[in-house]
Amino acid sequence: MQLDVNKTIQWMQLTNEKMQANKDYLTTLDQPIGDGDHGINMARGFQEVASKLNEGTYTNISDVLKDVAMTLMSKVGGASGPLFGTAFLKLSTKLKGEEAVKQDIFGTALTEAVSGLKQRGKAEEGEKTMVDMWAPIAQFFLGDSNVTADGLLSKAESALANIKEMTATKGRAAYFKDKTVGHQDPGAASTYLIFEALAEVWKGDSER
Amino acid sequence: MKKIINDPNEVVQDMVHGLVTAYPTKLKVVPDTLVIAREDAPVQGKVGLVSGGGSGHEPAHAGYIGKGMLDCAVAGEVFTSPTPDQVLEGIKAADGGEGVFLVIKNYTGDVLNFEMAAELAEAEGIQVEKVIVNDDVAVEDSSFTTGRRGIAGTVLVHKIAGAMAENGASLQEVKRVAEKVIANIRSMGMALTSGTVPAAGKPSFQLEENEMEIGIGIHGEPGIERKPIASADDIAAELVERIMNDMEIPKESEVAVMINGLGATPEMELFIVNKKVQSILKDRGIYVFQTFVGEYMTSLEMAGCSVTLLKLDDELKSLLAAPSEAPAFRI
Repeated sequence: MQLDVNKTIQWMQLTNEKMQANKDYLTTLDQPIGDGDHGINMARGFQEVASKLNEGTYTNISDVLKDVAMTLMSKVGGASGPLFGTAFLKLSTKLKGEEAVKQDIFGTALTEAVSGLKQRGKAEEGEKTMVDMWAPIAQFFLGDSNVTADGLLSKAESALANIKEMTATKGRAAYFKDKTVGHQDPGAASTYLIFEALAEVWKGDSER
Repeated sequence: MKKIINDPNEVVQDMVHGLVTAYPTKLKVVPDTLVIAREDAPVQGKVGLVSGGGSGHEPAHAGYIGKGMLDCAVAGEVFTSPTPDQVLEGIKAADGGEGVFLVIKNYTGDVLNFEMAAELAEAEGIQVEKVIVNDDVAVEDSSFTTGRRGIAGTVLVHKIAGAMAENGASLQEVKRVAEKVIANIRSMGMALTSGTVPAAGKPSFQLEENEMEIGIGIHGEPGIERKPIASADDIAAELVERIMNDMEIPKESEVAVMINGLGATPEMELFIVNKKVQSILKDRGIYVFQTFVGEYMTSLEMAGCSVTLLKLDDELKSLLAAPSEAPAFRI
């Protein structure tokens, strides 16, 4: 994998398309455990991200990701805004000065994002939050030195399946404890879409 | 829904502009934001005090801006935390070079958004410290909160931390005194009727004609118990008892008392509650240094009240009694 400015923008545009397509699904996941607005908020936030990136001209990845972070934190709102904002802000900081990001550097940046999320959300792994999506994917990029887009996709799928069977102990969902087993976490589901989009952008690239 | 508003989606904007034009020599709005600031902010050489949160709790928080209290308040949508970019604007507007102190009520959204803003401000070279107020003894871990909720006691944190900052104290000293207030303050509330969030259009919860809810939150979050309405004396006694079960107030202690109306309770009823609170404290040999009765931390048009007790020492007494020019808290 090699991520440059254009691919980063493509990644975010495709993420937006996925958020719009899954808006109702994400909201349905949020209704039994939250205030039922996760899909609406994420769709609104990424719509703003897409227009922001369309308007701007970018010369480095870090600036793209910083605009993504700032837009998400101001337009998503609630708890998701600062959480996704933190993750992308950490990616932006860690990738400063990088022009063509290879998998190991990307893995290191994702690790930073994971520690940012843990600190901001006061969550650890295994508590059925989006941390359980970001953390295994960070490890995936730092593991095998020759990872593939298909590998990323299957890693994201298995992480999502694991989260579904966990018991929530953090966030609003924790109120419902055991009832959350078998119910998908909305923040993990939207994180899945982000990495599904990355895998597709990456795959399109290798087929070209 | 029956409200004196224009567009339900514009209530916060409309209110903020109405508020600053009501006090043109004291308040200003930071352009293109919902951040309200002291007219002379940033005050050079003074620690800046910033608070805020969802709207609907007026006069909290913008009514507490002024010499001796807050420098800035950041207004979110009704019952919704302001976003980090807005809070960051508040921090910048309050920064007079000695750092900025954040007073946050303990709600998950507020804590996340204010902490994120603090990090952004630090990245821009502004020193930031914070406290999280959790004075409500009613429940742990409710709809919007991990731990206890922050309610009316927050206003006395503003007052005392504000006086400390006005005296020229350092950021660390302001934090120390704010933490001391939080360690010694407890509150609890009750409601007779619900408020209505303008954009929702209907009441957040329903209570029967003869019912009250004890320990309710300022966003209508569930309390401890729903039961038939009791007399003012019984309500006052229950709230004080639950507070004192949580925090020991020995004989001969000095306290500040706040009887806070939640939006639709007449002052007459608040004074009736106060009468009983004062007599309970007197019977227990506790001295009342100062009493505040009125609307300090409301919940739209909720009918009900909360009681706050703050245990005082000499330092807290002198800071509490120091002058304040905030429109909603003049001393």
